[in-house]
Amino acid sequence: MNDPSAASPGQLPTIPPLVALAMRPLPLLPLQLVLGGVLQRIHRRNPALFDRLGPHARARFGIRPIDLPFAFVVEAKPPRLSVVRDLPSGLDARISASFVNLLALLEGRVDGDALMFSRELVIEGDVEAVLALRNAIDDAQLDLATEVSSLFGPLGAPVRRAFEAARGQLIGSSGQASS
Amino acid sequence: MMELICPAGTPAALRSAIDAGADAIYCGFNDETNARNFPGLNFSRDEMRKSIALAHGRGARVLVAINTFPRASAVEIWHRAVDDAVSAGADALILADIGLMDYTARRHPSQRLHVSVQAAAANPDAIAFYAETFGAKRVVLPRVLSVPEIAEITRESACETEVFVFGGLCVMAEGRCSLSSYATGKSPNMQGVCSPPSHVTYEQTAEGTKSSLGGFAINRFAATEPAGYPTLCKGRFSTAQGAGYIFEDPVSLDATTLLKGLRDAGVTALKIEGRQRGRAYVESVVRHFRHALAALESGSEADIASLKPFTEGQASTLGAYRKTWR
Repeated sequence: MNDPSAASPGQLPTIPPLVALAMRPLPLLPLQLVLGGVLQRIHRRNPALFDRLGPHARARFGIRPIDLPFAFVVEAKPPRLSVVRDLPSGLDARISASFVNLLALLEGRVDGDALMFSRELVIEGDVEAVLALRNAIDDAQLDLATEVSSLFGPLGAPVRRAFEAARGQLIGSSGQASS
Repeated sequence: MMELICPAGTPAALRSAIDAGADAIYCGFNDETNARNFPGLNFSRDEMRKSIALAHGRGARVLVAINTFPRASAVEIWHRAVDDAVSAGADALILADIGLMDYTARRHPSQRLHVSVQAAAANPDAIAFYAETFGAKRVVLPRVLSVPEIAEITRESACETEVFVFGGLCVMAEGRCSLSSYATGKSPNMQGVCSPPSHVTYEQTAEGTKSSLGGFAINRFAATEPAGYPTLCKGRFSTAQGAGYIFEDPVSLDATTLLKGLRDAGVTALKIEGRQRGRAYVESVVRHFRHALAALESGSEADIASLKPFTEGQASTLGAYRKTWR
C-alpha cells in the first residue's frame, strides 16, 4: 500500500508524438503478458477490490491513452486485460486520457472529477460503471511500482527503482500535495 | 481553533483525511440512507466499525451522515442505519429527517446529533426547534447565508454552527431541491443521488462534448472549455432571455479568505464538501485548510497555493458568504 501523494491535475506531461510513433510497430503481446500479469497480481492481493463494482463487476472497459498507439480492454470478473490497436465496439464504457494521467488515476494521485473538469479525462458509455471502477481503484491504494516489479523476480528491485524514478519524474514523488 | 470536518467516500479516503490533518471525518453507509449514494462509494458496516476504531486511535472523530429522508414504506432501513452507526461508535450522527431525529433521540438518548445541511435549518427558530426537541448539538448551515447572517444566527442559537468552506455548491433550498427528481426520478433527498450516473451520458460531437441527464441535453462544452458536474442546476440552456447558465455557474465554493470572518462569527466547525471525490482531492484540500487554519491561529500569512485544479469549472466563488446581489 502506498501513501498517496496527490499530483496537481492539469500539469502532468504527455508522451511526445515522436516516441508514440516509434512505439507503433512494437508487438503488443509482450505488453499484454506483463500487464495481464499485473492485473492478476492486483486481483490476488486485493480480492475485495472489485466488490465495489457491484452490479458492474462484469463490465468491459475500454481504456485509451490518447498519446499512445494502443489501448486496453479490461474486465474485472474474471480479471482479464487485452492490449489492442483500436478499441472494439460493444464495450460498456470507454475512458480516454493521457497515459500519465491514467497511471496517476490508477494510483489515486489525481482526482478523477478534477480531470473531468479540466477536460483531460473523457468518458463515454456507462458512466455509473466508470464511477464504480474509479471508486474501487481509489480505495485500493494501488502501488504500481510494487505490482510491476513483483513480476521480475530477482530483477524486481532495480525494476522497482526504475519505475519509481520514472514516476517521480512524470507525476511527482513527494507525499506533499501540490494543491 | 475551529474544527476541520473532512469528507470520506471510502476507508482509504478516511485514512488520507486523517493523515492530512482532519479533526473529524464524515461518511456514510453504502446505501440510500446517505446523500452521496454513488456506485462504488461509501462504507459497509464492517468498514465503518474498523474506520471509526482507526480514527479514534489516531485522535480523530467520525460523524456518520444518515441524511436522506426515509421512505414511508421502508423506515426500518434508516432506523437500522442509526442503530448500526451508534453501535459502531460514531461520535455524532448527521440527520435531516425529523422522524429519524425523534427515533434517535428516544432510542439512543446519549448519542450526539448534528442537523444536516439537508434539513435547511437557516434561522434561529428552526435551529432552536432541533436543539430543544431532539437535543441537537450542532447545525450545518445551508450555503445561502452571508457571513454577517451566520454571525447573527450563531449568536442567537444554543447550537454550535458548522459551515462549508470548500467544494460543490447547492444554491437551492437544500433537502428540498427536485431538479434531479424531475429529470431522473431520483434525488439526493430520497435516494441519495443528485444526477445519478445511471442517467448521465456524455457524447462526443463535432461541436464538443454534450452532457445529458435523463435524456435531457443539459450542456455542451468545447474541447478545452472547463466543465462541471452534469446537474440540471449547472446546465446551460437557451431561453427567451438568451443562452447560458440559468440557475448557477459551474464553480466551487472556496472560503479560504473568509476563515477569520467565520471564526469571528463564532462558527465552531468548517466543512469540506466532496465525499464523492478521490483521495487526491481529500489529501490536498484537507492539507490546504489545515495550513490555513494554523496560519490563522498564529496570525501569520498562510503560504498556500490555489485549489483551482480541484474546482468545478476550474473556478471558485465565495458564494453567498459575500452577497453582492443585495
